[in-house]
Amino acid sequence: MATRLQFENSCEIGVFSKLTNAYCLVAIGGSENFYSTFESELADVIPVVKTSIGGTRIIGRLCIGNKNGLLLPHTTTDQELQHLRNSLPDAVVVQRIDERLSALGNCIACNDHVALTHTDLDRETEEMIADVLGVEVFRQTIAGNILVGSYCAFSNRGGLVHPHTSIEDLDELSTLLQVPLVAGTVNRGSEVIAAGITVNDWTAFCGSDTTATELSVIESVFKLREAQPSAIVDEMRKSLIDTYV
Amino acid sequence: MAAEAGMFTVHQTVGSVLCCKCGILMVPNAANMCVKCLRSEIDITEGLQKHVIIIHCPECDCYLQPPRTWLKAQVESKELLTFCVKRLKNLNKVRLIHAEFIWTEPHSKRIKVKLRVQKEVLNGAVLEQAFLVEYVVQDQMCESCSKVQANPDQWVAAVQLRQHVSHRRTFFYLEQLILKHDAAVRAIRIRQMDRGIDFFFSNRSHAVKFVEFVQKVVPIKSRSDKQLVSQDSKSNNYNYKYTFSVEICPICREDLICLPPKLAASLGNLGPIVICTKVSNAIALLDPITLRHCFLDADQYWRTAFTSLMSSKQLVEYVVLDVDLISPEVNVGGSKYVMADVQVARVSDFGKNDTMFFIRTHLGHLLNPGDYALGYDMHAANSNDMELDAYRGLEIPEVILIKKSYEERRQKRRGKPRSWKLKSLNMEVDDSLTRGKADEEKRNSEYEQFIKDLEEDPTLRFNISLYRNEDYRPSEETDGENDELAVPVEELLADLGIHDDGEDEEGMRE
Repeated sequence: MATRLQFENSCEIGVFSKLTNAYCLVAIGGSENFYSTFESELADVIPVVKTSIGGTRIIGRLCIGNKNGLLLPHTTTDQELQHLRNSLPDAVVVQRIDERLSALGNCIACNDHVALTHTDLDRETEEMIADVLGVEVFRQTIAGNILVGSYCAFSNRGGLVHPHTSIEDLDELSTLLQVPLVAGTVNRGSEVIAAGITVNDWTAFCGSDTTATELSVIESVFKLREAQPSAIVDEMRKSLIDTYV
Repeated sequence: MAAEAGMFTVHQTVGSVLCCKCGILMVPNAANMCVKCLRSEIDITEGLQKHVIIIHCPECDCYLQPPRTWLKAQVESKELLTFCVKRLKNLNKVRLIHAEFIWTEPHSKRIKVKLRVQKEVLNGAVLEQAFLVEYVVQDQMCESCSKVQANPDQWVAAVQLRQHVSHRRTFFYLEQLILKHDAAVRAIRIRQMDRGIDFFFSNRSHAVKFVEFVQKVVPIKSRSDKQLVSQDSKSNNYNYKYTFSVEICPICREDLICLPPKLAASLGNLGPIVICTKVSNAIALLDPITLRHCFLDADQYWRTAFTSLMSSKQLVEYVVLDVDLISPEVNVGGSKYVMADVQVARVSDFGKNDTMFFIRTHLGHLLNPGDYALGYDMHAANSNDMELDAYRGLEIPEVILIKKSYEERRQKRRGKPRSWKLKSLNMEVDDSLTRGKADEEKRNSEYEQFIKDLEEDPTLRFNISLYRNEDYRPSEETDGENDELAVPVEELLADLGIHDDGEDEEGMRE
C-alpha cells in the first residue's frame, strides 16, 4: 500500500528520502514524524537509516541506489560514507563517485535491473553504475526532459513517468525497462514524479497532496495491492536460488 | 528543424492521463487537472468587483469618471462599455477577452456587463472564465447641470456681436465660420438680436477666446466691461459679470465706398471710389477703374471709420451690349481681373429707351455681350455722402459693375432642392424684437441670397463646410447646363448628425 506523508510541511518527500528493496535512507529532520512513518512501515523488513549527504538533507536527489548498491556524489563527507557503510547491509556496496553532475538522484533512475541516465553523464560513471548497481544502463530522456531521475519513478514491477510522455516514448521506455509504465502525476498534478513519490517493490510513499485518483494509479501500476514484503522476498529468494542453481 | 534537415523523427502521439482530482481521462496540461476541476479549484474572478456604483447625471446623460471628469455616453454605447470596464479595479491582474452589455430595463437603474477574462493559474495553465458585473446607476447632477438648474440664466460673460448694416449676410457667413471652427461650443446660449447675435458663456476665458476668434475672421472693434455681482472682501473674492461689446465693421463685400480724402491720400491716392472685394480680418479694396488695390486691417479701418456709399441691396441689373478688353489678365490680390470698356444698358430701360452707358469695368474676364451684370447706378443715384462732397470736381462713373448676374439661369432651377446644405447654430429668437412676417421673409430672402453667393463664388465657400443633402436626387435636365452654379461633389462633407441638423435648420428659418 502507498502511504501519504509530509516532510516538514513539504510534500516533496522523494527529495528527502531514498527507498530501495534493501534499505531506506531518510533525511535528518527537525521532527521525528517523517522518520517514524518509514520506520513503522519498513522497520521489520529493511533498515531505515537517517543520514545527510554533503551536509544537506536533500538526500533523495543526491544519491542513487538499489538493492545491490548505493552511489553517492563527491560532496559526501567521509563520516557520512562511513556511517552509511556501517548502517547498510553488507550485501549493499556503497560507493562515492567523481561525477560533475553531482545530483545523482536527478540524473539517474533505476530499479534492480535497469537504469536510465542523463545523456551527459561520464563514461566512467556509467561503468560504475553498471558495476555497483548491477544494472544495464540506458541514456534516455523522458518527455524531452534530460533529468530522467526527476521525472520518473519505477520499481521492478511498474513505473510512473512524466504526464506529457508520448505513447511512443512510453512504449520505448517500457521495452527498455521490461516493466509496465504509465504517464501520471503526483501531489495533485505535479509532474515532478520522483520528487513526490519514493517507491520499492512492495510499498510506496508519496506526498500528502497526492489525490485518491493519483494514489489509485500509483497502487495499480506499482502493483502494491497484492504485494507483500514476504512474497517479494520469497520470489527474490526463488530467483536467487534459480541463479545459484 | 530536425525534419527540415532531413532527420528521421519519431511521430509523437499525445497520450492521456487521469485528471488528478476526478480521474477522468484527459490530455495532459500544465496543471494536470481537467478544466472542470480546475474551475472548481480556482476562481480567477476572485478579487474582481462584481458590484460597482456609478454616478450618472440625468440632465446631460453624463457619467462621473472620478475624481471630477464627466463623460457623455449613450446607453449600451461603446463609450459606456469602455467607461464601465475602466471602473473595475484589479482588472489588470487578469486579461480581458470580451465584454458585452446584457440588456436591462432602463428604469431598473442597473447596467449589467458580461466580461470574459483569462488568467494564468498553476504552472502556466491559462483559465478563461465569464462573469457578470452589475453596475448600480445612481443619479446625481453634475456641477454644470446643477448650476444651470439652480439658475438657468447663469452666464458670466456675454459677447454682443453687432454690425450696423441693414442686412444679415455677414452673420450668415460668420455663423458658418463659427460652426466650422467650433468656436462657440462653449456658449451656453446663443441669441439672435436685431443687427447681431449675443453669445453667453459660463466663463470669462471662453468669451475672450471667442472674441479672439472673431477678431481673426472679421475686422472688429471690441470693448469689455464688467459689473460687480457680489464680493467677499475678507477672502478677496469678487464676482463679476463680463460683457464684451464687439462691433463688426459695417463694410461688406460688394459695397461701394468713397474713401475719405485723408485715407485716400495715405493709400497713395487710391480711388476715391472703390469697391470692397473681400472682408476677412482685413478689408480688401479695389479701384475698379485703375485695378489698384489695397488692404485695410482692423486698426487702419477704425482709425478713420468710414461707411459704404452704396451696398449690395442697391445693385441694379444691366445688360452687357458690348465688351472691349483693354488690358491683359491682371492678378490683383489673389483674384484675376481684366480691365474692359463695356457698353451697358439697364434691364429696366431695355425696350423703353435708348439710354446706354460706356463705362470701364474690372470684370472683362467674365462679361460677354448679352450677359447680365449687377452694378451700382451712380447716374441715377442721389447720394448725400459727406465724403463724396469733400471731393470737388470728382468725376463719378455712371455705372460701376460689381458682378456678373446669373439670375437668368437661376430661373430654371427655382424651387428645386440643392445638392448641398449648411448647418446652422442653435439660436434663440426673441419674438418681441422681430416684427412678424415681414421680418421673417426678409431674413429668408437674405439667406437665399447668401446661399446663391456661395454657389457663385468658390472663394467664399473656401472657408466653410458644405454638407451633402440626403434628400437631393439629381435629375438629368439641370445637370448639364449649370456647371458654374453647382458645387462640386468633392467639396461636400458627409453629415454625421443628420437628425438634429434638420431641427436646427428649422430653428434657423424662423
